[in-house]
Amino acid sequence: MTSFVEHLPILIIAISLFSALTILVVGWFNNRSCIFIFWLTLLAQFIMSLFILNHVLAYGPIHYWLGGWKPPWGIELVVDSLNAYILIILLFLSLACAIYSKSNIEHELPGKRVSFYTLFQLLIAGLCGVTLTGDIFNMFVFIEIFSISAYALIAARGKIALKASFTYLILGSIGTCFFLLGIGFLYSITGSLNLHDLSILLPPFYDNKVVKAAFVFFIVGLSIKMALFPFHTWLPDAHAFAPAEISAMLSGIMIEISTYVFIRVSFSVFTLEFLKLLPVFDILCWVAVAAILMGSVMAITQVNLKRMLAYSSVANMGYIMLAVGLSLSAVESPWGGLNPALMHIANHALMKGCLFLAAGAFIYKANLWNITEFRGLAKKMPYTCAAFVIAAISMIGIPPSVGFVSKLYIIMASIEIKNYFFVAVLLISSLLNLAYFWRVIETMYMKHEEGGRSSHGSHGTSEEIPLGMLIPILLLSSLCIVMGIVWLGKVPIPVLDQVNLMFGLGKVP
Amino acid sequence: MTDWIHPGLVIFLGAFLIPWIKWRRVRLAYFLLLPLVGLALLFLTSSGYFGQIPAWPGALHKWQIPFLDYSLELGRIDKMTMVFAYIYLIAAFCMNLYAFGVKNNWEHVAAMIYLGSSLGAIFAGDLFTLFFWLEIMSWAPVFLIWFRGTRKAMGAAIRYVLWHHFSGACILAGVVIHLYHTGSIELTRLPWGWGGEYLGYNLMLLGFIINSATTPFHSWLSDTYSEATPSGSIYMTAFTTKTAIYCLIRTFPGVELLMWLGAIQAVFALFLAVLENDGRRLCSYHIISQIGYMVAGVGIGTEMAINGAISHALCHIIYNALLYMGAGCVLVVVGTAKFHELGGLYKYMPVSFWLYMVGGFSISGFPLFNGFISKVMTIEAAELIHNAPIYLLLEGATVGTFLHTGLKLPWNMWLQGKDEPPPNIRAKLKDSAFNTPIHMLIGMSILAFLCIFMGVYPKILYDQLPFPVEFIPFTTTRVFSIMQMFIFTFLGFWFLRRLVTGYPTYTLDTDWPFRMAGRKLIWFCEEPLMGFARLMDRKVMEVVDLIVWISKNPVAAFEIKRKEMLLSGQRLLSRPGSAGLCNQALEEEKRKYPGELPGLTLGASIIFILFSFLLYLALYLFAIP
Repeated sequence: MTSFVEHLPILIIAISLFSALTILVVGWFNNRSCIFIFWLTLLAQFIMSLFILNHVLAYGPIHYWLGGWKPPWGIELVVDSLNAYILIILLFLSLACAIYSKSNIEHELPGKRVSFYTLFQLLIAGLCGVTLTGDIFNMFVFIEIFSISAYALIAARGKIALKASFTYLILGSIGTCFFLLGIGFLYSITGSLNLHDLSILLPPFYDNKVVKAAFVFFIVGLSIKMALFPFHTWLPDAHAFAPAEISAMLSGIMIEISTYVFIRVSFSVFTLEFLKLLPVFDILCWVAVAAILMGSVMAITQVNLKRMLAYSSVANMGYIMLAVGLSLSAVESPWGGLNPALMHIANHALMKGCLFLAAGAFIYKANLWNITEFRGLAKKMPYTCAAFVIAAISMIGIPPSVGFVSKLYIIMASIEIKNYFFVAVLLISSLLNLAYFWRVIETMYMKHEEGGRSSHGSHGTSEEIPLGMLIPILLLSSLCIVMGIVWLGKVPIPVLDQVNLMFGLGKVP
Repeated sequence: MTDWIHPGLVIFLGAFLIPWIKWRRVRLAYFLLLPLVGLALLFLTSSGYFGQIPAWPGALHKWQIPFLDYSLELGRIDKMTMVFAYIYLIAAFCMNLYAFGVKNNWEHVAAMIYLGSSLGAIFAGDLFTLFFWLEIMSWAPVFLIWFRGTRKAMGAAIRYVLWHHFSGACILAGVVIHLYHTGSIELTRLPWGWGGEYLGYNLMLLGFIINSATTPFHSWLSDTYSEATPSGSIYMTAFTTKTAIYCLIRTFPGVELLMWLGAIQAVFALFLAVLENDGRRLCSYHIISQIGYMVAGVGIGTEMAINGAISHALCHIIYNALLYMGAGCVLVVVGTAKFHELGGLYKYMPVSFWLYMVGGFSISGFPLFNGFISKVMTIEAAELIHNAPIYLLLEGATVGTFLHTGLKLPWNMWLQGKDEPPPNIRAKLKDSAFNTPIHMLIGMSILAFLCIFMGVYPKILYDQLPFPVEFIPFTTTRVFSIMQMFIFTFLGFWFLRRLVTGYPTYTLDTDWPFRMAGRKLIWFCEEPLMGFARLMDRKVMEVVDLIVWISKNPVAAFEIKRKEMLLSGQRLLSRPGSAGLCNQALEEEKRKYPGELPGLTLGASIIFILFSFLLYLALYLFAIP
């Protein structure tokens, strides 16, 4: 008995690719219609992802054989609780960005609407594909799809964005190339490309140097893709000069998808036995700590708001990777295993999505890029600024926001392994966060505009951005608080516990 | 949930309604009503409507909410919480009256959130709830500072946030470590020691003593309280530090470190007050000094000392609000509280002068005023544990307090021996003797009445204290000895009053302790010790500034520093004048700073990636067997 839900994984990817082509063709005739095709596709995908999560939780993983070929030979899509969870975050954020993009794109990229939506849809297709596939080479192909659309989208604005995009193109290609080399090494040893098959075939070769080298290729390649310090050099420019919704996608979910790939490769292909052989994750923890400190300090020195947010993303990748690094040794129930990491992936998508969209709103309305220009902005754009503040205090980690929950759980995990240095770093980073977000909040709320020419009461809400842009921002910012309470109520923990159970992490029952 | 109603929560939520009430009168009535509702709820609680409150240390447990694997307790009601809550609400009622004239509704909101969260912290029965309310408490006053709107106030606000965020982080870390070791989140007496397994408790104590402005972490208090809005600062004097004292009483009674810190603080703050020219700043130093008594009381830790600390905290809330109101109404009416700009105001605001003096007598511990009945209890407790230094420090501080707040401040603000204030001040005053708004006077009168009432009839306070009190404040020796000190201080002040206006109290301050302990000690305290403290302050600030400066653009900063060093080396070797050109170039470079940040070029990044790759490879393949 096959339920219709078992066909949904391939449908998500297929309609996404198909819709990209449709937008391109239809856009020739009527470029107003592409946004609606885009929205409809995303909405359909989002609803499907909800069905998939429900099915996975109720009946266990979905295996879909493409073309009916049996797994080691054919390509297989595998959906378990890990990718079902990531998929929902991915599609939800995409939906929010899609709603936002309607007004913004006409302003930021006039006349490029058709190509923008085609590329955006391809980006989402690539990200969905990476998330859903159960075949490592297929994964590489989808990584290339989303990377190439990302290069093009970053460059869309022209001028300085071209340079940023080019840097990312070179470094990103090196990253994917390393990933491909890793795949090649594994293939030469085992002759298989299926994730599950690899995990069965690999254990006898764990001592083999080729396998170890393959893992090094994976770790370096993916570190570049996820902008883990010290490979973050491409990120600040790329995120700062892309259009706002693309920045939100890049920071909010794209680098996290690379983290997902890392988690998938380390736990599904190389199992726990391999990871316990080498001190991979211990080294990772220290790299992540360096990323947290470095990212936060660099963020303080920035003047450009989007660059500041980009450096904050570098720091937040540090949080996620620190949590991943701790996942082997921390086992106690709510914060053991991958829980804090997965939790922060969702939380970071909400917070950073909201912050980047709000930063885009400032650019949209008054072409404001630098923090020093934000004087008196709170009076003109009260809702956007309020949303920005909520997301910022989540970043700082004030209860009961989402940022607080993930920091709390990472701290708990560090205390469990008795590493108080990590605890200190996390608390210090919270202070640093306060330092750089405070500057923005202070300028927006406390400093008055110079000259006082706009201090008349006639402005009111007329300076606020269009409703279509405001709704996603407010939605994301309110979720920053709501999700915080939901996390504290432990509602989504069962999903994460299933992930831990699947990889053999956390407390062994 | 209906078996008890949390007064703090009612006020906290009720605060948000204030700006939405259209009619001014209704709004103000509502604003006054909030603390009254709280009082009514407290009255119902203490009269046993929600269940009898058991004898100390028993407590009534209400509003227990499951959270994670723990049970949060929003309402732990025992004798100590009740007495704190009563005083908070009574004081808040008077403060609200005083703040009637404030036009900014949001200031009222911030004040009520602040009050509500303080009550929440007082009623918290576990560490999580306590932390939650403390965190809100650390944010609410920021707005009270902000609304002043001056540039200095903005700076003070951010410093305030940073201090309290830091202390909050310490407390959270402490709570989490405690939780991890013991698995309990109950707010109760905690063990004490140094380092190692006590790390969590050390952090928690650090957090609390920052919140309570204990030396050496007192600087945020004088910094921020004097920058807040006139009515906002009054709320601030009452709640943050006293709640921290409450937490200390709950968690760390009898920690010897606190006893010493408190006693030193009581005296040290007075020295800092010597050079002060601003009325409200002077009062701030006296808050710090008075907190010293409470901290010392907690540190001594005997039943009597704890009683003393509690009663002093409560009396302190009342008289200190009164003092701040007095200094604040001068600030409101004439726009400044600086001594050198004031004087001769008595003719125009006599009532506020006398009400202020009630506060002044209370803080100095004059018999028949409430400072006396509480302060003496702590001092007596120090005497009973036979610790002479603590006793002497605490007793001696009384003199300084009287000198500053009881004599110097009123003299400089209202009198200075002049009949008329300076002309620019005079222009702001009406011709009548009632320049102070009437609602301020009513607020102050209620507090002044309480000061005297509690001073004359201490039983009403003593009966509410957790431990039974067998202490009689009005003994002949005590009254006599304290009067003696006051009289001599007053005489000294009177004969030297002309000097006080010129160089504020520098001479006088030395005068009294000089008779007690000798010139050398005083000299040592004032010259090397204070000089050292000032030097440290300045150096620390310089280092912080330097770090901020360098972080803006590290590469260019180091380049500039290197050139500066070269230049000074060159100056040593060659004749003056030849280095001028270099100097100009350097100045130019400094002016352009921070300029563009250098980024890693693409090629450098790639080499970096390859290098790291090799490093990883070497590590995995060869270094590990």
